[in-house]
Amino acid sequence: MNAKHTVAKVRRPEVRFQEQIYLIEVWKGLVITTRHLLVNLYRHLSVALGRGGPAGSVTTQYPDDPQVTAKRSRTRHRLLKREDGTPRCVACMLCETVCPAKCIYIQAEESPDVMVEKRAKTFKIDLGMCVFCGYCVEACPEDAIRMDTQFIAFPGMTRKDLIWDMPELMGDVKKDPKPVKAVDPLGPAAS
Amino acid sequence: MAKLVKFKLNGKDVEAPEGQLVIDAAKDQGVEVPHYCYHPGLGNPGVCRLCVCEVAGAPKPQMTCRTAVKEGLDVKTDSPVAKRAQASSLEFHLANHPLDCPVCDQAGECHLQDYYQRFGLYKSTVREDKRHKEKRKDIGTWVMLDQERCIQCTRCTRFVDNVTKTHELAVFGRGDRSVLDLYPGMRLDNPYSGNVVDICPVGALTDKDFRFSVRAWYLDRTPSVCTGCARGCSVEVHTNTKRPWHTGGRRVARLKPRYNPEVNGWWMCDEGRYGYKSADAKTRVKGSSVLGTDGQPAQLTPADAAARVAKELRELCADNGPEGLAFLVSASLTNEDLFALKALMKRLGVPLSNAVLAPGADQLGEEDALLRRKEKVANLSGAAALGFGVTKGPEALKGKVWGAWTVGRAGHGSWIGLPFTLWQGANAVRGSDTARWVLAGAHWTETDGTVVNFSGRVQRLRAAVPPLGESAPAWAWFGSVLRALGGAFPHDDAGSVFAALSAAEPAFAGLKFELPKDGVLLPKGRPEAATA
Repeated sequence: MNAKHTVAKVRRPEVRFQEQIYLIEVWKGLVITTRHLLVNLYRHLSVALGRGGPAGSVTTQYPDDPQVTAKRSRTRHRLLKREDGTPRCVACMLCETVCPAKCIYIQAEESPDVMVEKRAKTFKIDLGMCVFCGYCVEACPEDAIRMDTQFIAFPGMTRKDLIWDMPELMGDVKKDPKPVKAVDPLGPAAS
Repeated sequence: MAKLVKFKLNGKDVEAPEGQLVIDAAKDQGVEVPHYCYHPGLGNPGVCRLCVCEVAGAPKPQMTCRTAVKEGLDVKTDSPVAKRAQASSLEFHLANHPLDCPVCDQAGECHLQDYYQRFGLYKSTVREDKRHKEKRKDIGTWVMLDQERCIQCTRCTRFVDNVTKTHELAVFGRGDRSVLDLYPGMRLDNPYSGNVVDICPVGALTDKDFRFSVRAWYLDRTPSVCTGCARGCSVEVHTNTKRPWHTGGRRVARLKPRYNPEVNGWWMCDEGRYGYKSADAKTRVKGSSVLGTDGQPAQLTPADAAARVAKELRELCADNGPEGLAFLVSASLTNEDLFALKALMKRLGVPLSNAVLAPGADQLGEEDALLRRKEKVANLSGAAALGFGVTKGPEALKGKVWGAWTVGRAGHGSWIGLPFTLWQGANAVRGSDTARWVLAGAHWTETDGTVVNFSGRVQRLRAAVPPLGESAPAWAWFGSVLRALGGAFPHDDAGSVFAALSAAEPAFAGLKFELPKDGVLLPKGRPEAATA
């Protein structure tokens, strides 16, 4: 991608003596863990005994159990097609213009169909930068872009994997979530 | 000047010259009346009927582009009657307009869009189907026609009838069947055809060169001056730096003429309009280099290049005498560049007559009565005003020189193989690769400075984009070589050079770098030598 993103320089915190001797920091970490344990233990017991109060945290076994999301959550984009299978997008650049994250990259070209005139040569969305605000869907005059709900699994091993091109956005190329395999610390031979 | 008369505009007493069109008088008062067919450069046929306003005493709303100002006139441009008449007119214009704004290049700078937002905003009562006409009709070298989008304002037909007098376009048919089209057997390929795209208030005529590349709202606009010929038309350089992928990395997206009554009016020629492409062309020289002993160019940093050129020049001048160094310079260089060159030549001891600025064969072209000038260089008058000879070609120096420093033009064949050959410029040209030294020059769209057109008008060039790679304006190169030779050149921007120039050169005395937008005439008039 040609877009150049300026990277802000952030001052890293320096490692002080307190961090260098390590033991105090370990102790602080243990305090946090213990606090979470006790608070959740209290909350779970409180609910189980019928006394009410806030519910304790539950660990979701993702990806074995599905992640629970709101019914109307905005997730991955989908480019729609006309009845003849061509993309509805006419590369008017309105979504690219309105996008607050500047994560849509379109290049236009002449369409062979004289009634369509203009179409997208490339249409890329960087899902790693997208803030899922839905403005692109609002802006589109052709109903060419929509967003799925409850589809949050689009992992990639690199940032480039998160830039989706037209075939993926139209669903012609399936970007199935690769099952995340738990890495065994002892290696395959031991398991 | 006609005598001033008093009349009423929206209930306010205002003054305007008698006989001025009400639409113009209103504009002078800051009141915009919507209009399509009226264009100050093309007359007022009164065909679009959009500028209708209420005039006291008249039984019906009157067209302000056909009504002259007279004593006691009472015009209301925003009364309910006027507003309703304008909205109704607009509804007729939109009755058969396809509203394909998403695919239309004009969107964002379209008068139909703007006026609908400001003067329309009605609920359409048209229930009939829209008329369909020919879309995407290739009518000329640079222009694409969409007959559906046309609102028949006839600006373009009046342009080809009255300005270029080439008569290619006309409106055929009547009523809602009327279409804009070419006369049979003709094509819109006159040297000013690009202007019809500018004057088209809608997206009926679009630029094939610009088509579908960038949306109008992404462009940055920088007022500058075209350096394509000695006319020096005022232009706006439209650059796309926010979305580089739209133009494939090209930074300069297009040129548009900028209204200047003293130079080009509203127009510019196609040669100049599409001449911007050299700014991002593959021929751009991005870095400086020197030919090694193996005949291969070795890259140099700018500081290194200036120091080594200075060292070599000092040695060669000491051995062979400075009279043998010739400067073959394009007269498109700005006054600042030429002023720095003059200082450099003085430091080296090279006589001013060793600078050749007369346009070469490749810098002469077609001329016509409208805008285009024969000399395809921008600053011939400025060079003459600074004391350079602008008529003598390089032939006079043949055989007498040991070195040639060429700037922004084709190298001279007889100088190949001289002990010192240097080529400096933005785009590689014929012979530029035979030079031993190559210095990367900035393109004119990347340059700040002033140029003097053929009539002696000084105008301001403004940098629309930063110089590509390690290229630098010519004055900066001359200045750094001058400094490397031990001379003084205490300037780091063109404005500072111009201040020194106007103090040192009597022809430019009293001028300020921040020139008015139409430019100013040289205080002492056009130099005689530049008329050649």
